[in-house]
Amino acid sequence: MTPFTLTLIKLAFLAVLWLFVIAAVGVIRADLFGSKAATRAAQPQPARAAKLPKQPRAQQQRSAPTKLVVVQGERAGTVIDLTGVPITIGRANDATLVVTDDYASSRHARIYAQDGQWIVEDLGSTNGTYLGRTKVSRPMPVPPGVPVRIGKTVIELRK
Amino acid sequence: MSSIGQQIRAQLPYTKRNAASLALLIFAMVLTLSAFAEVGLARDGRLPLGLPLYGGGLVILGFAAYFVQAKFAPYADPLLLPLAVALNGIGLAMIYRLDLDTSKTKLDARAAGQKLAEDEASAPGQLMWTFIGIAMFVVAVLIMRDTKNGEGRFAISPKTMQRYTYIVGLSAMILLLLPIVPGLGGQVNGARVWIFIGPFSVQPGEFAKLMLVVFFAGYLVNKRQAMSLIGKKIGPLSLPRARDLGPIMVIWFFALGVLFVQKDLGTALLYFGLFVSMLYIATQRVSWVMIGVGLLAIGIFVATLLPFMGHVNQRIDIWQNPGPYFDGGCLVKSGEVVPVNPDTDLYKQAAAAGSQLPGQTACRKLGGEYSDSGQLLKGLFSLGEGGVLGTGLGQGEPWRTPLSFSDFIFDSLGEELGLTGLMVLLLVYALIVQRGMKTAIAARDPFLKLFAGGVSFVLALQVFVIVGGVTRLIPLTGLTTPFLSQGGSSLMANWILIAILVRMSHDARKPAPQAIQDEGMTQIVSTR
Repeated sequence: MTPFTLTLIKLAFLAVLWLFVIAAVGVIRADLFGSKAATRAAQPQPARAAKLPKQPRAQQQRSAPTKLVVVQGERAGTVIDLTGVPITIGRANDATLVVTDDYASSRHARIYAQDGQWIVEDLGSTNGTYLGRTKVSRPMPVPPGVPVRIGKTVIELRK
Repeated sequence: MSSIGQQIRAQLPYTKRNAASLALLIFAMVLTLSAFAEVGLARDGRLPLGLPLYGGGLVILGFAAYFVQAKFAPYADPLLLPLAVALNGIGLAMIYRLDLDTSKTKLDARAAGQKLAEDEASAPGQLMWTFIGIAMFVVAVLIMRDTKNGEGRFAISPKTMQRYTYIVGLSAMILLLLPIVPGLGGQVNGARVWIFIGPFSVQPGEFAKLMLVVFFAGYLVNKRQAMSLIGKKIGPLSLPRARDLGPIMVIWFFALGVLFVQKDLGTALLYFGLFVSMLYIATQRVSWVMIGVGLLAIGIFVATLLPFMGHVNQRIDIWQNPGPYFDGGCLVKSGEVVPVNPDTDLYKQAAAAGSQLPGQTACRKLGGEYSDSGQLLKGLFSLGEGGVLGTGLGQGEPWRTPLSFSDFIFDSLGEELGLTGLMVLLLVYALIVQRGMKTAIAARDPFLKLFAGGVSFVLALQVFVIVGGVTRLIPLTGLTTPFLSQGGSSLMANWILIAILVRMSHDARKPAPQAIQDEGMTQIVSTR
C-alpha cells in the first residue's frame, strides 16, 4: 500500500461516514415533508379515479385544498397537510387536531376526502359544528376558504 | 394550563418506514465493514483476518435486531436501530484496531520480561458484549410487544412501568449504592463505581440511569401540576412551595452523596442534570432549572472546600492546569505542583526503594496529593495529531493513551478519523437524541412523554460529560461513551435504552384505532 492509496482510502472512509449521516437526515426529511414512497403508501389510490377522463381530474387536483389551517382559537397558526387521511378534531388525545376548548366535544368533528372533495361531518358534538353560518347537520363538502367553526376554534381548508 | 398531553400531533400521518430502516442499517454495516477493511489495509496491506468474524457477527446481529423490530414494532422510528448499530460497529472496529496494537505491545513487553498492569482493549470481548447487548435489545422489544387485547395484567411495556414507580426508584438507589458495599464494590481509577461478581465486573450505575428515568417520570407525572402552578412569584421567578421543593432536595443530597462516597463527579452531574431536565419538561418552568443549576453549583463549590474530596479537587485542578501533572504531579501544601514523573530524582529514589507506585510514594514523602494528567494530555495530543482529516484508521498511535479503548475512545477516534470523523459521531448521537425527543413529542401519554424525553436527555448529557471531559471542556470524569466504549454494562444498558425508544416510537407513530362512531352524544362539558 502506497501512502497515496492509503490517503485515498482514508478520505473515502470519511466520505462514507458523511454519506451515512446525510442518508439518515434524508430519512428524517421524508418523515417531515413526505417522500414519494411514504405519500403513496398513505394515500389509498381509488381504482375508479384512475378511469376518469384526464381533463376533469386534473382540474380537480388543481382546485383541491392541500392544507388545513387553524385560523382562530388556541391552536391558531397550526397547519395540517391534507394527504387523504381523515382528520378528526376534538378534545380527545387521539384526535388529529387536539383542541383545548371547553366548547368542543372530545370527538367533535371529522373531515375526510370523498371523490376529490373534502367533507366535514359533525360527530354528535354538544355545541355543533358550523360551516360558514350553517350548522353542519349532515356531512357537507367544505369549499376552500370557507371557515369551519368548532367551539372557539375556526379552521379553513386552503390550497 | 399545562399542555403536555395535548400537543398537536405530527402533521403527516406516520407510515411504516421499514424499508428506510433496512437501507440505513445496511449502510451502517457497510460503514463498519469498511472501517475494519481500512484497518487491515493500512496495517498489513490486506483485508484483516478478523473481518469475517467481527463483520459477519455484526451483520448477523444487526439483521436479527432488524427483523424483530420490523415484526413486533413495525411503526418504530426507522433511524434508531441503524444509528446505534453504526456507533457500535465503529466502536468495535476501533477496539479491534487497538487490540492489535496492545496485544503486540503486550507480547513485546512479555518478551522483555516486563508485566503490563494496564487493562487492555479486547475485541473478542467487545464482540461478545455487542452480541449480548443486541440480544438484550431483541428480548426487550419482544417482551414489550403489542398484545392483542391491549396491555394485559402481566404485559410489560414502557407504560406499565408507571405502576412500579417507587419500586423502580428504590431499586435504582440500591443499585447505585452497591459499589460501596465492602467485598462487592471496588475502586478503579479513583472512582468507586464497580461491583465484582466472580469473574465479571458490572457498572450498576449504567442500569440505575434508566431506572431513575422511570422513577422521575412516574413521580413528576403525579406532581407536575402542583409544581408548575403553585408558588409565590418573585419577579420573573416563581418560587415553589417547600413541600414541592422536597424531592429536588432529596435528589440533590443523593447526588452529592454519590459524589462524596463514590468520588464520581460525572455520575453525580448525570443524575442531577437528568432530574432537573425532567422537571423542566414536566413543569415548563425555567425557575426549576435555575434552582437546580444553582444548587449544583453550590454543592460542587462546597465539595471542593472539603479536605477529604482530594480526588474531585484535583480533577478540577488538572482541568485548569494540566501541564505540571504530566506523568505524575504532586500538589503540596503551598499550592504548588511538584512533578514526580519518571524522569525526576524523587521518582527514581522511590522506585529504587522498591516502591510499587513510585510517584505516589515520592509524593507522600513531600506530604502532598498525587495526581496524573498524562492520560488527559496524551488524549489531547492524540486529537492534535489527528487534526482535521485524521491519520486514517490503523495509521495513528492512539494506543499511547491509557484507557484509549474505553474512557478515551473518543480521542482515539479523533486521532484516526480527525475532526471530520468526530463531527459525524457527534451528529449520530445528536440524531439519536433528536429521534428520542421526537418520540416524546409524538407520544400521547404524559408518562411516556417524560420517559422518552428523559431517556434521550440522559444519553445527550452522558455524551456531553465524557466528550467534554476528554477534550478538556469540563473536568474529566470517568463515564462511558455510549456504544463506543469497551464495556458490557454500558453496551447492555444502552441497547435496552434503544429498545425502549423503539417501542415507544412504535406506540406513538402507529395509527390511532378508528374512533367508534355511535358513542351517542358527547357528555355535556361544564364551563368555568
